[in-house]
Amino acid sequence: MTSTPPPGDPAPTAAPTPTGPVHVIGEILHSRRTGAYQHVTLAAPDVAERVRPGTVVALTAGEPRLGRRLFWVRGVRTVGGFGSAVEIVVEPTGPGSRWVAELPVGARLPVTGPLGRPFSLPRDPVSCVLVGEEVAAACLYPLALRLKERGCAVTMLLGARSESHLLAALEARRTARSVTVVTADGSVGRKGPADDLFGAALPEVLERAAADVVYAAATTPSLARVARAAEHHGAWCQTALTQPGVCGTGLCQGCAVPVAGEDGLVRSARACADGPVFRGDRVRWDELAGGAP
Amino acid sequence: MSANAARIPGPVMNAAGCGGTGRELAAYGDLSALGAFVTRTITLTPRTGGSMPRVVETPSGLLHAVGLQNPGLDRFLATELPWLVRQGARVVVSIAGESVVEHAELARRVGQSPGVAAVEVDLAEPDPPAWGLLETREPIASALVATRVISSCRRELPRDVPLLAKLRPDPVRVVDQAYGLLEAGVDGLVVGHALPALMPDGRSGALSGPALFPVARRCVAELAAAVPDLPVIGCGGVGSTADAHAMLDAGAVAVQIGTALLHDPTAVHRIAAGVGGDRRHDTGGAR
Repeated sequence: MTSTPPPGDPAPTAAPTPTGPVHVIGEILHSRRTGAYQHVTLAAPDVAERVRPGTVVALTAGEPRLGRRLFWVRGVRTVGGFGSAVEIVVEPTGPGSRWVAELPVGARLPVTGPLGRPFSLPRDPVSCVLVGEEVAAACLYPLALRLKERGCAVTMLLGARSESHLLAALEARRTARSVTVVTADGSVGRKGPADDLFGAALPEVLERAAADVVYAAATTPSLARVARAAEHHGAWCQTALTQPGVCGTGLCQGCAVPVAGEDGLVRSARACADGPVFRGDRVRWDELAGGAP
Repeated sequence: MSANAARIPGPVMNAAGCGGTGRELAAYGDLSALGAFVTRTITLTPRTGGSMPRVVETPSGLLHAVGLQNPGLDRFLATELPWLVRQGARVVVSIAGESVVEHAELARRVGQSPGVAAVEVDLAEPDPPAWGLLETREPIASALVATRVISSCRRELPRDVPLLAKLRPDPVRVVDQAYGLLEAGVDGLVVGHALPALMPDGRSGALSGPALFPVARRCVAELAAAVPDLPVIGCGGVGSTADAHAMLDAGAVAVQIGTALLHDPTAVHRIAAGVGGDRRHDTGGAR
């Protein structure tokens, strides 16, 4: 067993199932800044093939840092000579994410993924509303494509504090039937209050789209509100939680989410291994740190 | 040396609480390829664990306050343990209790379950009162309480199931503790647990990782010199095959991998492959 597999080759201990995670050495193919975010394309075959919308990848964050950083997968694409690659969106806010954002093309680093449970897709071509806030919206783009392939009507509601933190609304318009944009400062789209970005727009969008299913990826307080609005509207809701994971693999139990089971009992689920996607009506939002009251 | 010393699995296993339920770790390698799989610490009743954040990065280790989240003994014995045994894992079950009696019950019921390679009693939780566990750390009572826990667990366990005690990595006191526990019937020690620490927000927590490696290694060396007949499993900041060899060279019969697994989920398999077979057979029976 070698400790450093060549780029692209799965670790010798690859998962037995084609959907499980693998641990490989990835290579940075592209890295470009757009607004507040760094879009990083990583050659990580075998990871890319296994990615489903809603799953994440975990990256090392530089030599001295023991924790790992989890990133939403924005898309999967084929890059000549490298097989398939994953595109992740990095918001450089701390030393670890800055380190990843500043990696030069050609840099190699350990990649683990895909991690977590993806969004589940509807069997029938129903009306889907996708609500995305800032960097978390990244996971909705591959989801929108999959839903469109299935004949679903896709409506997107995107929000951010300002235009620079808004993820590619232009591209959303290619997939979605309609796109509504809300920013806290009104720099693009509608102006929404900073403490309840989707507040006014959400019920309106759900109504207009006659939403059957709501998919949301946002901060915890926003997810709590989206879940409530979806329930009020009578739509199924799946929420993708952003939790500060340390291992991302389910080993450490460091990312607890209170989730009610079929039996009504609340259990402590792991955001990384049991999530990041949970049914909106199952998460006990008020018990979750940072949740809306 | 007890007859069970030779039954202690090794030489490389995960540390308690760093291998998930086993299913997550199995995605990166066969559990039967490890010296053993150590479960997260199991308590008699289910525990949902502490509040967030539970794990925080520091420059030289991870601070954690997970709060012993586990499904409780019944559910563990009904679902997780049989699955682990079916994978061919040598299962070391980590237990912690709120009283001596509860420890004894845990040991008895775990010991009756087929496929258990050893029982590891967690005597070094950094904050027993915070989690409602038995306090085993006060200077005078510790000898009495910890030895009572071990002797009652020993009584309840089948004779051929090794009983391990996990201690705090305190090089000054670990030898005295070892003498008491040896007399109480312990078959081996795991040294050590995390160091008590404060979370950034002031809550009780504990520190694990590379910062602890030299401390744990010193504990192993002290024990090897003072109590050479008592097998010691080195645990604390082992992150590479070289670290594992250094721990074994200091006198450990096996090592456990904790924090490194949270950084690289293949670490324990990589180190197990690097260290190779059971070291006890390589050293000409020196231990």
